Amino acid sequence: MRLTTFQKALWAAAGLACLAYGTWVLVADPATPPRAEAAFRPVFSLPDAEGRIRTEADFAGKHLLVFFGFTSCPDVCPTTLSEVAQVMDDLGPDADKVQPIFISVDPARDRRLGLAAYTSAFHPAILGLAGDEVQTRAAAESFHIYFERQDDAAAPDGYTMSHSPALYLIGPDGDWLRQFAYGTPASDILNDLRSRL
Amino acid sequence: MRTPILAALLSLVGLPALACETFTIGNLMIEHAWSRATIGADRPGVLYVEITNTGSVDDALIGIATPVAGMPMLHETVVMDGVASMPHAMSVPVPAGQTVALAPGGYHGMLMGLTTTLKEGEGFPVTLTFRDAGEVTVPVEVLSMRAEGPDCEHAGQ
Repeated sequence: MRLTTFQKALWAAAGLACLAYGTWVLVADPATPPRAEAAFRPVFSLPDAEGRIRTEADFAGKHLLVFFGFTSCPDVCPTTLSEVAQVMDDLGPDADKVQPIFISVDPARDRRLGLAAYTSAFHPAILGLAGDEVQTRAAAESFHIYFERQDDAAAPDGYTMSHSPALYLIGPDGDWLRQFAYGTPASDILNDLRSRL
Repeated sequence: MRTPILAALLSLVGLPALACETFTIGNLMIEHAWSRATIGADRPGVLYVEITNTGSVDDALIGIATPVAGMPMLHETVVMDGVASMPHAMSVPVPAGQTVALAPGGYHGMLMGLTTTLKEGEGFPVTLTFRDAGEVTVPVEVLSMRAEGPDCEHAGQ
């Protein structure tokens, strides 16, 4: 097969794109905070369990603890939500300055299974949000997080979700402040929050 | 409770602080078998347990079975490049002289197709199959959804 110059140029462009993407993936390692993005302000517009649209603006003045997950997740999500619940209990009177939010990356199934019953089983303060595909993608991109549906014949309903398991802290002005890696003990999260409240 | 048999099994093991008892098969010590309560039976449950191999030969956990789940499987939570996924684990190595924990954030049993709600304070049996040591059935204690593990020191064990 002989390639025309145009085809060669296309292949070269595709190669460059792959390289650029690879570099971006390496540089944008989600385990490290986004650099040089002090003004980074994640946004979301997602319905709660009652169908009311909630956005980051609703919580101005509060710190947000945001976690992306799904309620059929047996290990990572309960572990993190348990930590968040412990933090909320331990904050005592300062708890009303912090809003924990659980954003579903599996929104259709989570709405069917019951989002509010799940989040409130961990702590009544945790707000569960589950949008449609477009709203969910937009929120995830705004937080610079990754999620993906993975077909798995052995899993319930034939699929499971992989997702960024970190917990994100948003400041009262809406600024991204930091993330807590999966497995950060509640006491560490609590100490960090207390130093800011 | 779907069946009287299941009800009987659950009542048999429905004692407090079961997770703090130790069970042995061959050179393996099994302890801290616990699970989290579920809301209904539509979402998968979880199984955590610690296995200590006091022998000099490696073994491996190759399967789990329980009457409370139609399809229990071994999984491992893997966090790579900031993304958590949960691949199946064909087996969990139990090397000689070591303790292996199925624990939050690592290996765990995923109890799919729950036949009943897992209620805090109750229990259910799980049969662990080891490559060399064979099968052993141990009681699993259902802790709260917020539990991070059994509190055996405080249980006076």
